[in-house]
Amino acid sequence: MPSALHGLTISEARSLLDRREVSARELTQAHLDRIRDIDPRVGAFVSVTPEEALRQADLADAAIARGDAGPLAGIPMQIKDNMCTRGIATTCSSRMLERFVPPYDATVVERLRDRHAVMVGKGNMDEFAMGSSTENSAFFPTRNPWDVHRVPGGSSGGPAAAVASGESVFSLGSDTGGSIRQPASLCGIVGIKPTYGLVSRYGLVAFASSLDQIGPLTKDVTDCAIVLGAIAGSDPRDSTSIPMEPPDYTAALTGDVRGLRIGVPREYYAEGIDPAVADTLRQALAKLESLGAVVEETSLPHTSYALAVYYILAPSEASANLARYDGVKYGYSAQDAGGMWEAMELTKQRGFGPEVKRRIMLGTYALSAGYYDAYYLKAQKVRTLIGREFRDAFQKYDVLVTPTSPTVAFKLGDKVEDPVQMYLSDVCTIPINIAGVPAMSLPAGFVDGLPVGMQIIGRPLGEETILRTAHAYEQATEWHTMRPDL
Amino acid sequence: MDSPRLTPEEVRHIALLYRMGLDEDEVERLRNQLSDILANFRALQEVDTTDVPPTGHSVELLNVMRDDDTFTPMPAEDTLANAPLREDDFFRVKAVLD
Repeated sequence: MPSALHGLTISEARSLLDRREVSARELTQAHLDRIRDIDPRVGAFVSVTPEEALRQADLADAAIARGDAGPLAGIPMQIKDNMCTRGIATTCSSRMLERFVPPYDATVVERLRDRHAVMVGKGNMDEFAMGSSTENSAFFPTRNPWDVHRVPGGSSGGPAAAVASGESVFSLGSDTGGSIRQPASLCGIVGIKPTYGLVSRYGLVAFASSLDQIGPLTKDVTDCAIVLGAIAGSDPRDSTSIPMEPPDYTAALTGDVRGLRIGVPREYYAEGIDPAVADTLRQALAKLESLGAVVEETSLPHTSYALAVYYILAPSEASANLARYDGVKYGYSAQDAGGMWEAMELTKQRGFGPEVKRRIMLGTYALSAGYYDAYYLKAQKVRTLIGREFRDAFQKYDVLVTPTSPTVAFKLGDKVEDPVQMYLSDVCTIPINIAGVPAMSLPAGFVDGLPVGMQIIGRPLGEETILRTAHAYEQATEWHTMRPDL
Repeated sequence: MDSPRLTPEEVRHIALLYRMGLDEDEVERLRNQLSDILANFRALQEVDTTDVPPTGHSVELLNVMRDDDTFTPMPAEDTLANAPLREDDFFRVKAVLD
């Protein structure tokens, strides 16, 4: 039996709960204690909700006693603070929404609550999910559990750090250009961005609607399959949700990758990628090959344009989505202004932080008269080419394997003054959102004592193949069992 | 590639389009940062996109309709609970005309 309750995976906790060796209340209390002890150093939580958590834990214990417990009943979780939770503040780590209390639950929150998962709190993030280090939180930065002088990645830095440090068994994050996978990579855990449309976005505060997707951050691949199965599936309240019933993702965890065709796009191992990270990935590929997969180098020549496409499309969509924060319906409102226009200007000036302002301005510029064709329309056309390139690659390969992040976790403050350098942190993850395909990051080794993530990219709705590949690799390695000393 | 820098007037014009208040320091910082970022975008112009249609969305779902059923909407109290200013069952706004 594991020494501490806060180190457990979902499957480990499940068997303790089902054998009545621990109650959901005890498991929840152990995680609340862990948060109290270490979150002052990690900063993964914007808010902790102990009373609500213990109330939910008692409901879970009742369900377990009735013999009515699914795989997530009684499991402590954290939700990124851009997903609406009824009656519990949802801030997006922004002054703009610091006091916003949603009148409804996001679909994913509702689904997890129905399954008696226990929310212990809300996760810190880059403001409005814009950033790669969680330093853009208006409240405080989150720190990497492997080295508290380094960033956890972003924008789901809180959710990733909470899982890595044992403050939550799993977390939900959102991923617009890498915001689940890059922090999962930097914190040494598993994170998946599902196919666009697989998970409902209803109740997720919108950033870039054609790119945003919700997904789980977990300690291992099995847990990832369990949580994904609970949140996936069509939702009439999200018109971009794919009409389908999700399969049993845990059934995909066969451990068998014999004959699996793996493409290795050389652009992801080139200039700008730390050679030590690229080497770690080559060793991981050798491991997959030894398990029977067929590994072959390939090319995705439009990769180098993806960053520019993303930083035109995402800010453009953001500038439209964030226009709703006008100080009238909810959120911060400059009450000291004279008229309506001044109120709007002051509300945005005081409510939004520097990165959010930067992206809104960039998007407004790209969409404005005279620039629309050169920037926005051009980016949408190159998006088509990038999508085609992935489609062609998947004619030949079952999955593509790349690094998740070009480097291991960097130091706090290193890139915060240089937006272009910060944007390069997402160079390996952004093309996946542009193509709308699914991709996972999972632990694949360490460089200088810091975790390295392997990104496995799949076909649209190819989550099962990704999970199978990741699981086989995980079974053959020990990386997922490593925990930071805190 | 040689790329022109934004002027302070251009930055103020974009801010006006969005009704974003900016002080002079912010205008100057954004002028520099946006110019640097835009310079990185110019490489896109070298991609041949002749006859390539734009992609707005990666999932090909069109005209998603719900059934024309009635349902009970969220109560007005819930909708107005976060309103900075309200009057009866309405959001209150500041004077539109000066």
